[in-house]
Amino acid sequence: MSKKRRENSSRVSRRDVLKTGLVAGSALVLTAKKSVAQWSGGSGSWSSGWGSYHYSDYRNDRTVQSPATTPFVETLPIPPVLQPVSSLSPPATELQAPGELPRPAHQRWSEFLPQKLYAVHANEFSWSFHRELPAPSVVWGYNGMSPGPTVKAKYGEPSIVRIYNDLPSNHVGFGIPSIITHLHNGHTATESDGFPADFYATGLFKDHHYVNLLAGNDAREAMGTLWYHDHRVDFTSQNVYKGLAGFYLLFDSVDSDNENDTNLAALRLPSGQYDVPLIFNDKLFDSTGQLYFDQFNTDGFLGDRFTVNGKIQPTFKVARRKYRFRMLDGGPSRFYEFYLSNGQNFTQISNDGNLLPAPVSVQSVRLSVAERKDVIIDFSGIPIGTSVYLENRLVQTDGQGPSSYSSQSDATPILRFDVDRDPPTPDASRVPSTLRALPPVTLSEVVATRYWTFDQQNGQWTVNGRIFDFNRVDATIKKGTAEKWVIRNGGRRWSHPIHIHFEEYQILTRDGRTPPLQEKARKDVLELHPNEEVVIFMRFRDFTGRYVMHCHNTVHEDHAMMVRWDIVP
Amino acid sequence: MDRRTLLTNYAAPLAPPLAARDMKAATAAAGARANYFPNCELQTHEGKTVRFYDDLVHGDKIVLFNFMYAQCQGICPGMTANLVRVQKLLGARVGRDIFMHSITLKPEEDKPADLKMYVEMHGVKAGWLFLTGQRDDIEVLRRKLGFRDPNPTFDKDVSQHIGLVRFGNEAIDRWAACPALANPEQIAKSVLWMQSANPRSGS
Repeated sequence: MSKKRRENSSRVSRRDVLKTGLVAGSALVLTAKKSVAQWSGGSGSWSSGWGSYHYSDYRNDRTVQSPATTPFVETLPIPPVLQPVSSLSPPATELQAPGELPRPAHQRWSEFLPQKLYAVHANEFSWSFHRELPAPSVVWGYNGMSPGPTVKAKYGEPSIVRIYNDLPSNHVGFGIPSIITHLHNGHTATESDGFPADFYATGLFKDHHYVNLLAGNDAREAMGTLWYHDHRVDFTSQNVYKGLAGFYLLFDSVDSDNENDTNLAALRLPSGQYDVPLIFNDKLFDSTGQLYFDQFNTDGFLGDRFTVNGKIQPTFKVARRKYRFRMLDGGPSRFYEFYLSNGQNFTQISNDGNLLPAPVSVQSVRLSVAERKDVIIDFSGIPIGTSVYLENRLVQTDGQGPSSYSSQSDATPILRFDVDRDPPTPDASRVPSTLRALPPVTLSEVVATRYWTFDQQNGQWTVNGRIFDFNRVDATIKKGTAEKWVIRNGGRRWSHPIHIHFEEYQILTRDGRTPPLQEKARKDVLELHPNEEVVIFMRFRDFTGRYVMHCHNTVHEDHAMMVRWDIVP
Repeated sequence: MDRRTLLTNYAAPLAPPLAARDMKAATAAAGARANYFPNCELQTHEGKTVRFYDDLVHGDKIVLFNFMYAQCQGICPGMTANLVRVQKLLGARVGRDIFMHSITLKPEEDKPADLKMYVEMHGVKAGWLFLTGQRDDIEVLRRKLGFRDPNPTFDKDVSQHIGLVRFGNEAIDRWAACPALANPEQIAKSVLWMQSANPRSGS
């Protein structure tokens, strides 16, 4: 965005927020909204509150901008933990139950008999993203909430999560009331993974057998921050935007969900109320307060309001101590790079939710769609009564990806931390200097090198020049082997967050160079920059079946930027 | 552009999904996309004049749209051939509750007679209209239907807009798209996902 356009805009920057001396409850009046036909000169650019748009000559295509909302009047919601049920009726079994979407038998059922049972209902309900919107919004979620309840799972404790489709079959508008839930980064057998074509209609359910198994039985493969979300082929962007997403956290004896753990091996990272999942989304609302989605967009959909856990620009009261935040870019198409307004660093402890070998002090946290980064923020040195903003400095005006950085004064504040108390008990949590070692990359295990080029032809998304066909197998991989994949961006313009199901991988090189410390990690999404080539090492263990790799700009994904690959015995 | 088109282009936001549901009975004449799509005039390959919104979009029916031009040396012929396979797979429903449309990107070249020749050459059956009209109208339609690129240079390149097939059903305001060269069986399946829960016609 040019300087001139920025000056023309009515965008409210952090500087303006600070100038108004904003405190919770104070009325920050956004600059008067332009009416639909009013544009900021001939640039074809407009601005609406907290995000600005540049549509070049697309003025005919966009007639919606969100009603004004005062930032930092809402409170950050924390999704409750999903509680198990004592039984399911009909019982969950190895074979398909009556009323369940047809599926093959659960793999390795007798080895991993479920110890916990969960019932989750995908349903429609009203939700207020912000008190100043004209009306509550009709959304989809799980058990009446979006983000859905957080699943807290443990390694060695297999479970069944039965997901019912209770969405209205006569639904009108964006979103399709047929679902298939993917446990993102789960090391999951195909019949429970959420293969995009395994969707089912209202009235049916599906049993997901989440075995919570360490890949290769290797404790170094333990994962931490996962999320579950809809993966319905061609409709993932619409259904997830409508709210079908939630957190799934995995613990073991090392990352034990207990900062007071007496086990000497336990890391004692901040836990309980000090371990906070954050899902970031951008939304667009119509004049009546309903979610607006452009069903005619194929490059990527951007909103002009930023939500965290379902509230627009919320506040979160914090004690003077350490917190663990599990940051997730919930999409559909926006990339973020977060900074703290006081200039403080983050201590990054995970990449894609998987603990790093050692914590890394970073000035900013970058997230492409579906990436997760766990960070520790230490508020202990901040005086009570101080507010710190989590702000995004990445500028993105269309689905092509981020275009530039904004200056600090023009950053978009998204979440406000209000330091309001001392902790009731001294902070017992720690950030040890070693976290979880990486499993070794053993190139002698590599039995094949595959090349995947993500590109665009005739305006259509392609992988290796082909269009997704969920019946076509683009790679057949032998179970128990390892491969090297060379992932290339054939385009000069587009960034793609590439997600691979089933097992996390390690990045060997980016354009021939070794990745930075915080990316020497176990990943499942990689931000693939224009023209870039990334080489990864991945193992394929424990289960067989159908899996996918796709762009996680969900609009690209829904327009066929995906490949199917199979693991065979 | 007529007054209606102008109003459409700069009109107020779309009716929201819920309101659309509530309003459906009250305003039978105007559906969820009445304020979104223009109602411009187009000529069919049979020489008939139709209105885009009233005649091609409005109602409880599945509609498909793609763009092409008759002299295209690139992927258009293969794409049309693929969509002919889709038409075959959808069978007798095409023309009954499924309607296919191909709009020329070169209206100055492609007159109804040229499109008729194209239809005959490719074995296109009834229920699938090839359409031409005023360039400005077609430009608006192209963008409204989502055949566009955020980069103005690429947006001007017609070859960027001939690879997609758009489908939807106004009655449930559900729209999707896929590459026109996708597996025809998958296109046909995807098209049927646009069917409303209680279709007024069709199977």
